[in-house]
Amino acid sequence: MGPITRFGRWIFLQVEHMGRLFVVLLATLYWFLRPPYRIHETFLQMEYVGVGSFFVISLTGIFTGMVLALQTFHAFVSFNAESLVGATLALSLTRELGPVLSGLMVTARAGSAMAAKLGTMRVTEQIDALQTMAVDPIEYLFVPRITAALIMVPVLTVYFNFLGIVGGYFVGVNYLGIAPGPFINSIVNLTDYQDLTNGLIKSGFFGLILSFISCYKGYTAGEGAEGVGQATMQAVVLSSVLILTGDYFLTDWLF
Amino acid sequence: MIQILDIHKRFGEQEVLRGVSLNVPRGEIMVIIGGSGAGKTVLLKHLIGLVRPDQGRIFVEGVDICRLRRWELKETRKKFGMLFQDAALFDSLTAAENVAFPIREHTRFSDAEIMDRVQTLLAEVGLHGIEDKYPSELSGGMRKRVGLARAMALEPQIVLFDEPTTGLDPIMSDVINELILNTQKKFGITFFIISHDVKGALKIAHRIAMLYEGRIVEEGTPEEIASSSNPLVRQFLSGSSEGPIHVI
Repeated sequence: MGPITRFGRWIFLQVEHMGRLFVVLLATLYWFLRPPYRIHETFLQMEYVGVGSFFVISLTGIFTGMVLALQTFHAFVSFNAESLVGATLALSLTRELGPVLSGLMVTARAGSAMAAKLGTMRVTEQIDALQTMAVDPIEYLFVPRITAALIMVPVLTVYFNFLGIVGGYFVGVNYLGIAPGPFINSIVNLTDYQDLTNGLIKSGFFGLILSFISCYKGYTAGEGAEGVGQATMQAVVLSSVLILTGDYFLTDWLF
Repeated sequence: MIQILDIHKRFGEQEVLRGVSLNVPRGEIMVIIGGSGAGKTVLLKHLIGLVRPDQGRIFVEGVDICRLRRWELKETRKKFGMLFQDAALFDSLTAAENVAFPIREHTRFSDAEIMDRVQTLLAEVGLHGIEDKYPSELSGGMRKRVGLARAMALEPQIVLFDEPTTGLDPIMSDVINELILNTQKKFGITFFIISHDVKGALKIAHRIAMLYEGRIVEEGTPEEIASSSNPLVRQFLSGSSEGPIHVI
């Protein structure tokens, strides 16, 4: 097989992949709007995605705020702007770090688990079994997970932002000696309501991206343990890359 | 009744089915025998629309299932039950919830009525007291029986079996075969079974067909198959590595 034939086949394969992804995406949208609405299953997934990620989000949130305060303080102190540490902290958290890091942490924790679970269901014929019982796997497996991520990633982002600011306050005021008044004032004066809401719109998108990609990769997993491993790895890598690249375009659009 | 007309299917370079035609009369047990890689599972998946043929037609009770729309296919599938090779039970649900699953999805019975029905179904396959166990806590034979109970849950007209005795010890295999026989006698439904268990096939089948390299090479009653002069069939029945079928 010559290089041109191989390249041609590769192109065909990629087009086929994109086509399949698009068909599943359309089916997902279709089932979003149609009954049955699986309230119970959705709450279970919300618990898994949201409550389950609480601890890891707490930890990353606090430490992100702390390190951010430390870094900006050392930079700002050289031109006597340490009173702006609070605002810098709040703006970077609400606009960027909160949504992105929450999205990445949920990908690592819940996205990988979604891909592994659906992949295992695929290789052990449980997805085929669903179909033979006249239950659409996209409706039963995708929709509750995507709904859960769409709701819970913004909720986790708010929590992340809050803990980040608490952590930053702790380091800034108690450890670096910034006066609490200017610290809080700069947050209140320089942060808009819109900074928060735009960040939340972003995190909603990230929730959609990571849950759909993770479900899709698991759903289309190849044979055996190898297939499930590959699917999980691809789900995490692709979701993370799409979150980070998508972040640029969303920022460009929103702010 | 099921009518399979000249089904062809290829996956990439590999031609798996090369013109399979077969009639399965209503209320009979049809067993398809054949070696690994003969295309048995692919044929089975065609019957319930999990795989669509490249060419050919499949009629189930007069309906061409290869040309159905998504929602029509869904309605047709409710007439089917299927037992998968490793039972394919949902591992996040208990045995009882697995059996209840299709009933919950497709009927409006109350919880009490569903649990009642689940008890009856599990009793019919000879299982008691395992309702709250998860699939991982059950033995292979038990999982298959729960799978059979789940396949029977919606009172199907046709039940498909993917190698019901594979991976079981000889006694458990016979238990499953007896169960298949008794269930079929009791409900008079059509069973379509793929298997490489020759002894079991001869015991339970009304008709047997042998699939080899994507084609049906012989079809008949168990007696006809047992006395067939076709060298492919003779080799498969005797389980010998000598003959026209080359594995390596």
